[in-house]
Amino acid sequence: MGIAPLAFYLFAATVVVSGFLVVVAKNPVHSVLWLILAFLSTAGLFVMMGAEFVAMLLVIVYVGAVAVLFLFVVMMLDVDFTALREGFVRYLPIGALVGVVLLVQLGFVVAKWTASPGAEAARMAPAPDPAMRQNTAALGDILYTDYFHLFQLAGLVLLVAMIGAIVLTLRHREGVKRQDVLAQMYRDPAKALELKDIKPGQGL
Amino acid sequence: MAPDLILILPEILLAVFAMAALLVGAFGGGDIRARPILWGVAAFMALVGLLVGLNPPAVGTAFGGAFTLDGFARFAKAGILLGAAILLLMSEDFLRRRGLLRFEFPVLIALATLGMMVMVSASDLMTLYMGIELQALALYVVAALDRDSPRSTEAGLKYFVLGALSSGLLLYGASLVYGYAGTTLFSGIVAAAAAGEGPQLGLLLGLVLMLTGLAFKVSAVPFHMWTPDVYEGAPTPVTAFFATVPKLAALALFARLVHEAFGAIAADWRQIVAFLSVASMFLGAVAAIGQTDIKRLMAYSSISHMGFALMGLAAGTEFGVQALLIYAAIYVVMNIGTFAFILSMEKDGEPVSEIASLNMYSAIAPGRALALMVLLFSLAGVPPLVGFFGKLYVIRAAVQADMVWLAVAAVIASVIAAFYYLRIVYLMYFGAPREGLDGGMAPAQWIALSASALAMVLGVINLFGIEGLAAAAAATLAGA
Repeated sequence: MGIAPLAFYLFAATVVVSGFLVVVAKNPVHSVLWLILAFLSTAGLFVMMGAEFVAMLLVIVYVGAVAVLFLFVVMMLDVDFTALREGFVRYLPIGALVGVVLLVQLGFVVAKWTASPGAEAARMAPAPDPAMRQNTAALGDILYTDYFHLFQLAGLVLLVAMIGAIVLTLRHREGVKRQDVLAQMYRDPAKALELKDIKPGQGL
Repeated sequence: MAPDLILILPEILLAVFAMAALLVGAFGGGDIRARPILWGVAAFMALVGLLVGLNPPAVGTAFGGAFTLDGFARFAKAGILLGAAILLLMSEDFLRRRGLLRFEFPVLIALATLGMMVMVSASDLMTLYMGIELQALALYVVAALDRDSPRSTEAGLKYFVLGALSSGLLLYGASLVYGYAGTTLFSGIVAAAAAGEGPQLGLLLGLVLMLTGLAFKVSAVPFHMWTPDVYEGAPTPVTAFFATVPKLAALALFARLVHEAFGAIAADWRQIVAFLSVASMFLGAVAAIGQTDIKRLMAYSSISHMGFALMGLAAGTEFGVQALLIYAAIYVVMNIGTFAFILSMEKDGEPVSEIASLNMYSAIAPGRALALMVLLFSLAGVPPLVGFFGKLYVIRAAVQADMVWLAVAAVIASVIAAFYYLRIVYLMYFGAPREGLDGGMAPAQWIALSASALAMVLGVINLFGIEGLAAAAAATLAGA
């Protein structure tokens, strides 16, 4: 067995095992740590597929920013996870039933999957030859030229999310003292200070 | 690129205007600017609606076929923009008096409207999803607008969770369809479906899941559960918005998806749509009977009406699409009028939504009671009002497509549904007298109520020419 298949099985097994442990870990902080391991192994898989840009993005954005943010959230918020799981046993049968139905349907699809005759060609058509075109440049083409309108729409969706978060949570409280930088800078020593001439041995 | 941008010009204009309004609100003093912003957004949406409806700069497809501006999209967009503008004007008074008029509200409504415009123009699975998400996300926020009221926040949360679930189903279906067809373009999917032979399992499962996701959006039975709670909990202007414009957009998207992407397997989706239609008509009609809250009643009424609209789609013909458009347009006008009245329902300055508070309302305000009676008769489909013609069109579409059983079911359901509309009329004119509503009506609400009631009567002459417009629009979508 060459080094490539070995690396693949190593990464793939790590993803599956750590993904499973994310779900079953009792301590949510451990869950996040397992999640980070899953992200890192996935990045390894991407590198093996020649998608180095996506791999680095995954490490920088997901591991570097998102997972660390998660970690802060679960550490700082005092969420009682046992309370959240209270109804777990009660709803387990119906949840399991839905899960089994979905699994069976998926099985049907995988076992009897037929793609349209032209599907493979249609899927490959926009992919440029990797030897001629770098990953990053090809992604840029797709994001900023082909799917330009979708990219802009995604920006609007994020704008709505931001407005929504502010509308639903921001409260202007009375009597809050805010820093006014200009007022601070324009403060005049003549107005702020008062010089007193104190005679020796007298005090104020 | 430039011709593409001209096609999407109405969307760009609205997006830029919404962002400008946001800046004015954020830097120009906040909520004290809310009224001018609301009026400005409403006027601008009406203007863009007229631009798209009367004289678009161009028609065609853009961005490699992912965005289509055709007669169908123009019809739906004009309806969406004008409807949204009227609803904004109607809600100003209600929101201001409850201290809910925040400058973000018109901005969010404008962005939701933008999402709907993208939805009706989508001819690619990705454009479809982006449009739906933009619309839905803005609507989740406005549902929880009254953030100090537990009912409103509950409505927002419920809508958000179920909406996210339905988006998940839609995406799951879309990925299966993409896996089958190898492309996300509607034109590519229909070609792949036509070329395939034997049971196309991936395509069918994808179709079912996508229609499930869309059925959530139009609140068709059995995916309607969120509707009554959200309609009841959300502030009334938001309920009025939910019940009208997004329904029109979702129906148009539904029609475009099944005709453009799945036109080659019409027999498969027609069964599904026919089932959704029958179930919605009956559940909407039966479940509304026991309601005591008029907002909940209107929720069930909208479920029932969606069933009728989907009946036009179930026919699977060009005439069916025309009937759907006519029905949806009439539905929006009727609901605008009815909600204009519901917005004005108050007692001692507090909003009331109990049906019993309408007892003997005719003695308090005969004019408004008369207008509401006309609208309720029209909602029930009593001839010769316009609502009857809407039902006539969809029933004719079903009969022409050899679905007589569906037409018969529709007639039975509409008889059941007539009961609860007529009960309100009975209470207004003959109910046991009690201390009912007081308070007046803002001019915008009064105009919307009387104009919509008048339209229900005068429209019988020629339906304001909407028949021809809808026919032209349907021809661009489903024409041979």
